[in-house]
Formats: sequence, structure tokens, C-alpha cells
Amino acid sequence: MIKYIKGFWNYRFLLTELVKKGVRLKYRRSYLGIIWSLIEPILTTIVLVIVFGTLFGNHKPNFPLYIITGRLIYSFFQSGTKAACISIRQNASMIKKVYVPKYMYPLSSVLFNFIIFLISLIVLVFVDIYCKVVPTIAVFWFIPAVMILVVLTIGVGLCLATLNVFFRDIEYLWNVVLMLIMYMSAIFYYPERIMNSGYAWLLKYNPLWQIIRLCRAAVMNEEIGYLGVIYAAASSLVTLIIGIIVFKKNQDKFILHI
Amino acid sequence: MAEKKNIALKVDDVSIKFNLSQEKLDSLKEFVFKFVQGKVKYDEFWALKNISFELEKGDRLGILGLNGAGKSTILKVIAGVYRPTEGKVTKKGVIAPLLELGAGFDMQYTARENIYLYGAVLGYKKEFIDEKFDEIIDFAELRKFVDVPLKNYSSGMKSRLGFAICTAVNPDILILDEVLSVGDAKFRKKSEKKVTDMFANNTTVLFVSHSLEQVQRICNKAMILDHGELVAFGDIDSVSKQYQKMIN
Repeated sequence: MIKYIKGFWNYRFLLTELVKKGVRLKYRRSYLGIIWSLIEPILTTIVLVIVFGTLFGNHKPNFPLYIITGRLIYSFFQSGTKAACISIRQNASMIKKVYVPKYMYPLSSVLFNFIIFLISLIVLVFVDIYCKVVPTIAVFWFIPAVMILVVLTIGVGLCLATLNVFFRDIEYLWNVVLMLIMYMSAIFYYPERIMNSGYAWLLKYNPLWQIIRLCRAAVMNEEIGYLGVIYAAASSLVTLIIGIIVFKKNQDKFILHI
Repeated sequence: MAEKKNIALKVDDVSIKFNLSQEKLDSLKEFVFKFVQGKVKYDEFWALKNISFELEKGDRLGILGLNGAGKSTILKVIAGVYRPTEGKVTKKGVIAPLLELGAGFDMQYTARENIYLYGAVLGYKKEFIDEKFDEIIDFAELRKFVDVPLKNYSSGMKSRLGFAICTAVNPDILILDEVLSVGDAKFRKKSEKKVTDMFANNTTVLFVSHSLEQVQRICNKAMILDHGELVAFGDIDSVSKQYQKMIN
């Protein structure tokens, strides 16, 4: 254990360099640069509010806030896991030459998307003001929610990165799965109807939905479902442990397949 | 000999097995089909078989052998890129691997950014790169292009940069895989001088080359690999004689 912490400490500069690279290259050569991580969620939220607000008659005043919270969380999960998935293959030329702890690549992929996610949270403040929601002390629930989210994303990312080394299909398959997860996370609809149907388990057992629910409760000062929080934390932790085991068991074989 | 040996590198009974799947199974569909049919067969291939040797500090070892003898594989095992299937490699101190220079650069990144990134990959500390930055740029003769993205560089410029970054440290073990042919004639001279300067610092060197003449000039010890097996190890003169017999 101490050996691993020491190894991590020795390579911390590499981790920051890789995270920096991800953030820098994301918007390089675009005029607005990092501002895009604010504009993009705003624009999509406007579209979603117009479409789902008018189409399904969701006229609750907090609807924009409801949507953007869900969307921000989901899009971090999406971009983080996608980047981690391809990270080993993408850095193949590096891995073939120099010894580096290989988990650095999926880990840094998730973390650079996390930085972008943190920046995009500024949008939440604007929408908060727009919806005239006054934050309460409950807003601090956002912090554990995001921590659980990062643990979950790293866990899933490690599994995907490993699988994608052996089967390139995972990259494409994951895109499809992500779409299913999006519909299972109640991002642009209210889940009451599903919760009262036989499909409630689809949401209930989806840790991402539980995380989104906690974030919404934090932002809009609603009741917090503690059982859901515990479930999300536990399942994310289990995912991370599985991810670490799967990755560690296979990492020596990566070099033969990339 | 009463003199105490100062072992810098010890390769102990190292073997490496590769699984060459007959058809490369890259896609899930193929794998599932083949798996269900019980057709996933792996061809075992021993790239290295029971290799053992020791180098003292300051030894310069030339690795000789024909194509596919396992020369690059042994270098990569020592660099830590491959993990041996069996056996153990023990090494002391900082390793500088000069393998396929410039293959790890990011093309969208500028030279400045790549120096930090690549330095970090090689395990340098930030302060160290700050300190060596000018030296690296000057050695690669790229001061004018320091903020140009690497995709606009010529291949010679890229390998010059790679060479300069890799040789910024004073390594204890230097791994050279036919890299003494970087850039134009002028730069080649400079890089050879840099490498020979490193020899003076009591650096242990592992050198792979197809040119026996170059190996004889640089090394004091040599080994011959043939199909993953260690055929000869010892003094440069006796081993190179044996190698000449082998290739004729």
C-alpha cells in the first residue's frame, strides 16, 4: 500500500501535466476557448427547456434549474468515462516506450474533465439567479454528491479503459449504453410517473440518478433521500474497487494488445 | 579479484512469453464467436528465454543479434515497459531510455509544452525541467520555434528535441537503441559527443546496433542474442569475433 502511495507521489507532476494537457487541448484553436464549457450547457439547456417545457407542459418555475443540474452531472459522467475509455489506446506510443504507472492515463482523463465540469458549474449560479432560487445550507450536499460522482466515474473509466484495450468495440458500445443511461437518469423529465410504474427500479438502482437527485435536492432545497445517497456511495465505491482490480490484473497485458 | 563489484544492473533468469493469437482478435464479435466455438488459440512465443547477466557500474554493453533476436525486447524489459513473465531485473539509479525518439510527443502541443509533458513522463521533477529548459532548447537548436506546435516540425527537429530531453539527465543507466543517427551530420556529431561525455561519468550503457564497428568503438562488453537465447556474453573482442563467425 505504502509502495503505491509513494509511486503516486513520485508521479504527481505527470498527473498534473496530463490533466493540464487535457484542459488545454480541449478548446485549443477556438476563439472562445474555455468559455465554451459555459456556453455549451447553457445552449443545450435552452433547447431542452423549450422542447420539454412546451411539449410536455412542464411549467414549474424551477424547470430550467432542474434540467441544467441533471445535464451538467450527466455530461461530466459522459465525457469522463468516454475519455478514460480511449485513454490507454490513445497513449499507446508513450506506453510502448517508457514505464509510467498506467492508471495515470484513465485517471488524468477523468480529472481533466472534472476541471472542465467545475468551471461549467458557474452556469448553475446564473440559472439559479434566473429561477430566483435562494440557496440554503442544503447546498453543501453538493460536495458529497460530486465526490461520489468522481468515484463512480473513475471506477467505470478504469473498467472501460481495460476492456477497450482488448476489444475496440467497447468504445462504440459505450456510446449506446451512455444514451440508455441518459434516459435512465431523468435528466429532462420528472420521474414521478416512472416511479409509480413497474420500471421504478431502472432509476432507483442507477447510482447516477441518485447522484443527480441529491444534487437537485441540494440546489433546490428539497428533501434528501438518505437511503438513495447511501446506495449511490456504496455502489460507486464498489465500482471503483472493481475497476481497480480489473485494471491492475490486466495492465501488464496492455502492451501486447496496443 | 579482491575488488568489490559494484553491480548496476542484474538480469536474473528473465523470460518473456508473448501470446500471438493466430488471428488478431480485436473485436468483441469475433472473440465471442471464436470463444463459443472453442477456437481461441494462442500461439506461445518466447521472445526471451532464461537470460541472465550482470553489469557493473561503468560497463558498456553492446547487444548484437540478427533481426528478431530479442534485442529491443531486452531493452524494453530493462526500461520497465515489458514485465518479464519469469525472472527478475534489478537496477540501480536513474534510467534514461533513448528508444524511438519523439514517438511520445503530442503534435498539437508546442515544443515548450512537450518538454514539460515528456519530462514528466520520463519521471523528471518540475524544478528540474525549469532548470534544464534552456539547455534542452539550445541543444536541440529550436529556440526560434519554441512556441510552435509540433505538427509543424520536421521529423529531424522532432528527434532532435526528443534526444535533448532524454539526455538532459545524468543517468546511471543509459539505453540506446540505434539512436545515434539523429538529425543531420552536424547534429549527429553533437549527439555522439553528448553520449560519449555521458560515458565518462561512469554511466552504464546498453547499446543496440547492427553496426559491429560502432559497437566495437563504444562498448567494452558485448552479448549475442539468437532467437531469444543468450548465445555469448563477455569481453567485446572475443564476442565480436564469435559474432563475425556467426554472420558469415
